[in-house]
This record gives sequence, structure tokens and C-alpha cells, in this order.
Amino acid sequence: MKVPLWRVAFARSGDKGDTVNVGLIAFTTSLYPILTELITADKVKQHFKGICRGSVDRYELPNLCALNFLLHESLGGGGTVSLMLDAQGKTFSAALLRMEVDVAEDLVREADEVSGWSERLE
Amino acid sequence: MRVASGQGFWGDWQEAPKLQVRRGPIEYLMLDYLAEITMSILEKQRERDPAAGYARDFVDLVLDLAPDLVSKGIRVVSNAGGVNPDACRDALVQRLADVDTVRPLRIATVRGDDLMSRLDEVLAAGHELRNMETGEPLSTVRERVTAANAYMGAGPILEALRQEADVVVTGRSTDTALTYAPLIHEFGWEEDDWNRIAAGVVAGHINECGAQACGGNTLFRWREVDLVEPGYPIIEASADGSFVVTKHASLGGRVNWASVTEQLVYEMGDPTEYITPDCVADFSTIQLEDLGGDRVRVTGVEGRPRPELLKVSIAYRGGYKATGMLTYSYPDAYEKAVAADRVLRGRLDRLGLEFDEIRTEYVGAGACHGPLAGSPDPSVPEVELRISVRGDDRARVERFTRELAPLILAGPPTVTGFAAGRPRVHEVMAYWPALIEREVVESVVRVEVTEA
Repeated sequence: MKVPLWRVAFARSGDKGDTVNVGLIAFTTSLYPILTELITADKVKQHFKGICRGSVDRYELPNLCALNFLLHESLGGGGTVSLMLDAQGKTFSAALLRMEVDVAEDLVREADEVSGWSERLE
Repeated sequence: MRVASGQGFWGDWQEAPKLQVRRGPIEYLMLDYLAEITMSILEKQRERDPAAGYARDFVDLVLDLAPDLVSKGIRVVSNAGGVNPDACRDALVQRLADVDTVRPLRIATVRGDDLMSRLDEVLAAGHELRNMETGEPLSTVRERVTAANAYMGAGPILEALRQEADVVVTGRSTDTALTYAPLIHEFGWEEDDWNRIAAGVVAGHINECGAQACGGNTLFRWREVDLVEPGYPIIEASADGSFVVTKHASLGGRVNWASVTEQLVYEMGDPTEYITPDCVADFSTIQLEDLGGDRVRVTGVEGRPRPELLKVSIAYRGGYKATGMLTYSYPDAYEKAVAADRVLRGRLDRLGLEFDEIRTEYVGAGACHGPLAGSPDPSVPEVELRISVRGDDRARVERFTRELAPLILAGPPTVTGFAAGRPRVHEVMAYWPALIEREVVESVVRVEVTEA
């Protein structure tokens, strides 16, 4: 089923100069290989079109069920040079989680149990 | 062996270190005050006043905690010294004279990270301090440099602890060393015990952002975390390098697999190469086990030999900037803000004011997520116009700040939010990361202990 990425993963982002890092964490271990297949560096680069002006690198952390993305040239120069409201890239995590993904329904339901989404639907 | 985190940056919650000391047993309290840009702010303060240039809040905090530190035997390790650890110590010594403790406090200062005072000498000796991102030599911006500090590792903190310091005040120490130096000291790890030191680095990374490891800024079931009085992380370390992340039970916040994982990936580059002055840690080897009850066990960390070079953080003057904000209300809030931006830019053009960059953002209509937020909702209750400029000429930036207020009467309708007055002009401090041979720094590192 097609769901926003936030149904199956959560994230935290931060800055290093003009680069943003977004650590994406799967809610369940069974989702990790699927996210690894779906959320490629290219896909993320495309998602942040008009925001990330440089390249995107991806690192895999199977031990933490996490993917780490580096979005280069994304902060208008970074640090105090940047004129951006979000000069530290703190909200890029939520921006990545807007991405739409196609994930098997049983895996989404499993994630909903972990994230608390199923309780909120009740 | 417990190392508690009490401060994740300068300006963090002042109650946290007191709660760490008073709500349960700890052996060490680490306090991180220095972000990349903090050094240049402190350097500016020192230029104006030779007795300034350190985190003043730290002195108040130590004064408040002094009796507890002595009676409980808690040692403090902090980089609060900024660009002037000696002045920080002097302030501590002077003010501690009035505090009644059973015995005097031993205060250690660590110096040697400051390259600013000998920058020309260092450059003349052939260290080009090339920008790690652009490859340019520092000589291209030498005249504009305001601060240059090498990141020191555990060495000088270990020396201070060996000399039985109660409070260690450093300048630009690596944030993680404030946590792993106490571990090396207590467990007697060898300096080439890369796996254990790497485990200490991981512990340091978890501690260095305060509540962020304990349910602060979490996207995982964030509604369920009580953050009024959050616990800050505590590392319960074992000699074998494994440790448990936890918090005081009587405080809020939350420690679980999610809170620790979120902090582990924060500000992460290549996870297999987390470089510190004392080892290279491999974050892809970390194993987490959520034990429940706000306890997460960390094992399996592997590391590699320390790098030959030390990182240097340099700040240089990068011009001036200012940001102005005005709020437009429903109806057509976004459209009005766009119209105001057009008027303002037209007036800047009319004055012939040019800048290196002008940026307009619409808060409430995609300022954070840009095009990902979709097109602005026409019924949005209000939108804040946020317009910023940056340029080398202070006078031009100053002139820009006078163009916001006229929009109140001579601009689009239903505008408010101007009570704060004319925007302030800020000097931009640009960041220049570089590398330097260890020897240049380590040969001048000094550790001094004073009783107060």
C-alpha cells in the first residue's frame, strides 16, 4: 500500500557546514531491507529537488536499522552565513518523511503498532 | 562508573546539571558549552574584555554545586573555558572564596588549543590550514580570521584527573572527550585500546547533546514524553567498554532503543569513520539492547587507530546580515506577504542597494519544507514574511533594516508583528575547518591545577 514514509520510519536531522544529515530509522527490523531498497540516494536527491543543490550520499547501518543520508549544498552556505529559517537543517527529517513509499500492508500494520499510529486511529 | 550529561550546548536548560547531581548517584558530570561558532563569539568578548571569553553561566553553576561536588565526590569535566580558560578559573577561584565547603576544590585548566595567538607563526612554519571542503589555503582569508582552535583529545583531561582535579576547565576539547576521558582514567584503558576508546566515543556522542538522547526532539511517540523536567543521559560504563544509557528515575524524558538510535544518527557523516583525536570509531558495529525501564545497553563497538592530524576550527569575518519579519493575516495572508516582498524589493532596487544574497521565506506557507509543503493554503490564518539580506557593506545592510517599518502604513493591509522594532544587524562568522599536525598543538598543551 502507498503510505507516507513517516508511517514506517522516523528520523533526525542536523547540519555539518552546508551539508544536512538525515538519519532515517525503520520502526521494525523487517522494514529495514525494504527501506534500503526503496530509499536510494537518487530518490532522496529527487525528493529534495530545489532544496538540495549538491549530491546525496547514503550510508547503511543495518545494526541500527537506519540509513544515513548526506545532502550536500542544502543550507544556503551553512552556519551563520545562511539566511535560511532552518539554517541547521533541523526540519529536514520531517521533510524526508513526506516521501510516499509503497510497502506491503502487513509491514505497515506492524509499524503502526510500534509507532502508536494504530492507537491513534482508534 | 557513571558519567552524566548536564549541558548539550551553551544556553541549554540550566536546571539539568543540578538535577543530575542531586537526583541520584553519579561520579562525573560532563558539560558541553561549545558549538562550532561559539569560539568566535567568545573571542569577540575577549577582545573587548581580557577577563572574558568563557561561559559565565558555568561559574554560577559550579558555585551552586560546589558543596555537593565535595560531599558526593563528583568531578566536573567541561569545555566552558572557551577561548580563556584561565579567566574562567580566576572567576571560579575568586567567587568560591565565599562558598563554604569541607575542603578546597581543585580546579584544572587546560590550554593549548588556541592557535589564534600564534597563527602567523604557525602559517610561516608551513602549515597552510587548507579548508577541508574547498582546499583553499587559510592565507586567502587570514586578515579576517577571528578565532582558530584545534580540537584536543583526552590527553590533557587525563592529566588533570591524575592530578586529582575536581573541576576540569578546557577550551576547544572534542565534545566526546568530555565523556570518554573520565572512562579512560577510571578504567586505565591503554591509549591504543581502540575498541574500548571507540566505545567511549559512542558514549560521548550520546551524552553530548543532552536531552536529545532522552526523548527530547524525538519523532518517536513524541506526544507521550514528559519534557517538563526531563532526565538527561547518564552513561553507566563497565571496564570492558560496554555501557548502559539511562537517566534518573525521578525525572521525565525517556530512554529507549528509539531515543538512543535517534541521537546516534544525529550529525552523522560516514558512520564507519567517526573521527576523534583519540581513535576512529565505527558506528556500524554498535549493538543496542533495550532493557526496558529507561535502560539501553550498548555493546560491540569497534575502533581503529587515531588519526595523524587534528581538526582545527577557524572562524573568519564573512560580512553582515539582517532579517526582518512582518505578519499578514487572513484573508489572503500569503498573497499579501508576497505583495509586501515585491514592494520591499522594489524599494531596495530604487535605492540601488545590492546584496550578496536576499532571501524571502513565508513562515506558515512552506518556510521549512519549501516545495515539499505544496502550494500555500489560501485560508491560512496568517503568514509571516521573513526577508533576509547578507553583504560585505554594513551600511547597506543597516539601510535595509529601515525598509521594514514603512511597510506597516505604506504596504499591503492587515499587517502586524512589528513590535520588536528595527531588525538588528549581525556580523557573519564564516566557518573554516582545517587539519594540523598533532605535534604543533600537543607540544604547547598545558595543564595547571589550582585550589579554590
